[in-house]
Amino acid sequence: MHPTLWLMLGHRLLIALLTLVVVSLVVFMATEVLPGDVAQILLGQAATPEAVAGLRTAMHLDDPAFLRFLRWFGGLVTGDLGTSYANNLPITTLIGGRLVSSLKLAGATALFSVPVALTLGITAAMLRGSVYDRAVTVATITVISVPEFMVATSGVLIFAVWLQWLPALSFSRDVQSFGELLRVYAMPVMTLSFVISAQMIRMTRAAVLEALGTPYVEMALLKGASRSRMVLRHALPNAIGPVVNAVALSLSYLLGGVIIVETIFNYPGIAKLMVDAVATRDLPLIQSCAMIFCFVYLLLITTADMVAIISNPKLR
Amino acid sequence: MRPQALPSRRPAFRFNLVGWVSLAIILFWALAAIAAPAFAPHGVGDMVDDDYFGPISWALPLGSDYLGRDMLSRIIYGTRYTVGISLAAVLIACTTGVVLGMTAATAGGWLDTVLSRGLDALSSIPSKLFGLVVVAAVGSSIPVLIMTLAVIYMPGAYRFARALAVNVSTMDFVTAARIRGEGTRYLIGAEILPNIIGPVFADIGLRFVFIVLLLSGLSFLGLGVQPPNADWGALVRENIGGLPFGAPAVMAPSLAIASLTISVNLLIDNLPRKIRDRSA
Repeated sequence: MHPTLWLMLGHRLLIALLTLVVVSLVVFMATEVLPGDVAQILLGQAATPEAVAGLRTAMHLDDPAFLRFLRWFGGLVTGDLGTSYANNLPITTLIGGRLVSSLKLAGATALFSVPVALTLGITAAMLRGSVYDRAVTVATITVISVPEFMVATSGVLIFAVWLQWLPALSFSRDVQSFGELLRVYAMPVMTLSFVISAQMIRMTRAAVLEALGTPYVEMALLKGASRSRMVLRHALPNAIGPVVNAVALSLSYLLGGVIIVETIFNYPGIAKLMVDAVATRDLPLIQSCAMIFCFVYLLLITTADMVAIISNPKLR
Repeated sequence: MRPQALPSRRPAFRFNLVGWVSLAIILFWALAAIAAPAFAPHGVGDMVDDDYFGPISWALPLGSDYLGRDMLSRIIYGTRYTVGISLAAVLIACTTGVVLGMTAATAGGWLDTVLSRGLDALSSIPSKLFGLVVVAAVGSSIPVLIMTLAVIYMPGAYRFARALAVNVSTMDFVTAARIRGEGTRYLIGAEILPNIIGPVFADIGLRFVFIVLLLSGLSFLGLGVQPPNADWGALVRENIGGLPFGAPAVMAPSLAIASLTISVNLLIDNLPRKIRDRSA
């Protein structure tokens, strides 16, 4: 491998780490420096000023904001996420199982949507300008232009209310059989897949189209290669970088979708935990959830960028 | 929505049919937002139906909501919040973003680096998450919503305007102006802005769509516009209980959002290249 490649990858990784620090600073400031006295909120309206002052000292709330940030960030790095205000449990305990549930949901969505989206995107690019291509394009623009909850409610309306194939809004935790598991996961996974597939199809289609427009593909065409050979043998291998980039970027849209989907289907994941924490103003829990989300998001975006760098043949 | 529209024969009208229909829908919602009381058949809080989640009928074209209020009137009044907040947010976001972007491109140097890096970091927070964190910290009110949405979408506008301005600022007439000794303010106002204004307007439209979607999402989560007021997202939230009955009250506000966002997208898509790219 080319030494410049390592240099560029290292540079990208460094930027990602720096961004994570800046993001944690923003998350911390948004929840700590803005108005609203935590001690007052915790003790309620009836608390005496002395009690509030005592709690403030106990929680180190009177320390300078910078010191509190360092303490919080240090805890974050060492895996100590602090204690929830609402129920006094360690946040690590609260998040653990929820994070696994959310990752299951995201994993199932990725497994289902990536092959479908890639197939649709590549075939749409191959049949550019056909009725099929136009139908795919119009469908993806429509899905991108509507809010996620509309995709979810439409799905419920069609599959649960009209066709009565699937359970509607409730999410039961005691799943007995594999069939039941499929039925329970079907609606959330389908909704999320819709939302991220639309982005993925568009980006894949664009990437393949660009590869199809290159001179070497034209050369293959002039040599008399068949259409499928032209795409599969000549264009696709060179479009893999941009396509993987598109997949990673689209998966980052999962984060926005997962917040809506977990709320609407009452799915016991980390996004639901965070939305509930916002309702109770449980700041440490919100901060931790926000940092986990930002970390995953940055991970996906950085992966996308690195794949783009690695797939550049000039650096090989 | 028709995938293919007939191109107009007359050269004076470069808009095609899809463009006109989209424009009409956008104007309809704009009018509804401005003159809601004149449009709405009932008051926003009037209970007009004995039944809740009533079906579509002549008297109530979109049925009734969970308290038996007229859904059509609620949606028309909701337009004010959805369109108003989004419009204010997009104008703040794009004005600041474009001005900063042009300044960074013209000035270059450390100012450019600091702004670009800082705003890149800001845009690496997922947008819904940012909204959640801010609402958790300061509570939800209309000014907070407008400012939050503006901050979330400003980095995108900045990056877009900066990329355009960098291209323009290498052109000869800008170099000539620089040599004449013009200041940065003149350069961005008189030389660069007029040459990027078309794409910037298209970008404002796209960003407006993103903001409408995010605002609706936040309201749907109960973190946007607060009761008793309701924008389109909040209308879906308060009527979600009607979903198992297939009540029109659930889908109608969603369709309103979709009609607005799809129209704006299609209008921009169908703008003649001449208008999109021409300097004003």
